[in-house]
Amino acid sequence: MRNPLSQKVLTIEPSGIRRFFDIANEMEDVISLGVGEPDFDTPWHIRDEGIYSLEKGRTFYTSNSGLMELRKEICRYLKRRCNLDYDPAHETLVTVGGSEGIDIALRAMLDEGDEVLIPQPCYVSYLPCVQLAGGVPVIIELQEKDEFRLTKEELLEAITDKTKILVLPFPNNPTGAVMRREDLEAVAEVVIEKDLFVISDEIYSELTFQGDHVSIASLPGMWERTLTINGFSKSYAMTGWRLGYVCGPRQIIDQMMKIHQFAIMCAPTTSQYAAVEALRNGDEDVARMRESYNQRRRFLMHEFQRMQLPCFEPFGAFYVFPCIKEFGMTSDDFAMRLLEEEHVAVVPGTAFGACGEGFLRISYAYSIDALKIALARLEKFITRLRNAA
Amino acid sequence: MREQILTFLEKNSKIDLAELAVLLGSSEDVILKEVQAMEQEHVICGYHTLIDWEKTNSEKVTALIEVRVTPQRGQGFDSIAERIYNYPEVQSVYLISGAYDLLVILQGKTLREVSGFVTDKLSTLDSVLSTATHFILKKYKDYGTILDKKEKDERMLVTP
Repeated sequence: MRNPLSQKVLTIEPSGIRRFFDIANEMEDVISLGVGEPDFDTPWHIRDEGIYSLEKGRTFYTSNSGLMELRKEICRYLKRRCNLDYDPAHETLVTVGGSEGIDIALRAMLDEGDEVLIPQPCYVSYLPCVQLAGGVPVIIELQEKDEFRLTKEELLEAITDKTKILVLPFPNNPTGAVMRREDLEAVAEVVIEKDLFVISDEIYSELTFQGDHVSIASLPGMWERTLTINGFSKSYAMTGWRLGYVCGPRQIIDQMMKIHQFAIMCAPTTSQYAAVEALRNGDEDVARMRESYNQRRRFLMHEFQRMQLPCFEPFGAFYVFPCIKEFGMTSDDFAMRLLEEEHVAVVPGTAFGACGEGFLRISYAYSIDALKIALARLEKFITRLRNAA
Repeated sequence: MREQILTFLEKNSKIDLAELAVLLGSSEDVILKEVQAMEQEHVICGYHTLIDWEKTNSEKVTALIEVRVTPQRGQGFDSIAERIYNYPEVQSVYLISGAYDLLVILQGKTLREVSGFVTDKLSTLDSVLSTATHFILKKYKDYGTILDKKEKDERMLVTP
């Protein structure tokens, strides 16, 4: 029999998170700090609207780019929260989560050999999506001393004459880093000068705890060079609904639409109706959840300080990224031993890029009570390591 | 700050104030002072425990009693409300808009005890015109808390 697989797919590395999941899943009494999704249920009024749409028999395809009602609400929302102007008819595409947006954006924009700059540590899907789209991923290793922000110098250093796109994943998973306005302005200057495009993954935009989130597309000269990707998963606790969106110049959105309509047809209809309700009446829920995450963030930072576990203070998403270099083992070994000895699941920093070595991603999408138990076990573990040293 | 403290205490009056200070990004001193001040001012009127009595062996009957009354000159509803709320078995008394005037929540050991209160004490008050008693059969949710909720984390243990 012939080899059924493509060479391309074989070059894709499986996610480093999978192994932990498999081991943790077999254990009893595991406390996880390893999830990348909110612990809140989707607010009831949003779920109720989804149920209502089912009761009404709204079970058909929507238009390829999504319900017009929803696209209008998305544009109003982006105007309200991010000072962005998009036309719901031609510059807005509703996708199956932010993930689909990332994939089809890259597929619509890349030719074989085009280079894409990916600042790491970052979410796991940019790199394989670039490879699958025929592009060449070029990693920029962000530094803890910069609080894992992307600097102008790092950017300039990575650019070649093949560079086409910069992926900008802030607020960041896994570090929790945010880019302030002045950081984005410095990046924008280079992007414009070097004639690049930006795919700005702003899925955590609502989870910013110091100052308001700034969208790079709102900076002068950047709108026409930016795809803004966002969605409902993190801000409205709607991960399972699989709903996101991409906004950008029509020239790009039109072509992404082609891939989307042939591959996906349209995003789930029930989710779209629920999302209309989320955007219309969900601001208070978002604020309530943000405040709750912020309290947990303060709690974790306080506890790390007490345990003397070094960690820069992150102001976005729901992750902290403590440094474990003092223990002289790899992130992978540390996480594996923590799991085996104390039954606490965290994700090693290296799952998000080689430069995550020496760090752990700890999620605070958990109740304070759950965090307390997990931290007590973590403290026991590191005390044991320190005493043995 | 006060509103934030109260939001927490309303859900969990047992919270450690040092911990609350961390969560709110404040200091224990500040929180303690605010709490004490609010206790003095009777903004905080007490610390209670939410109990699902159904799960215990003790017998309890709760009734909601709608009461129509004649308001008294110069005192409105206050004096009749006071006469009612002074009974220790009365848990709550609210002045209500609509078809009746006072809503009285009463807790007794038996049905007979509750009905005895209504017929002997409540109905015989001069200004009470009529009463309607509703017994609570089951409590699903009380004080914002779903009583029988099973908390289970349905999420996968590790996700990117």
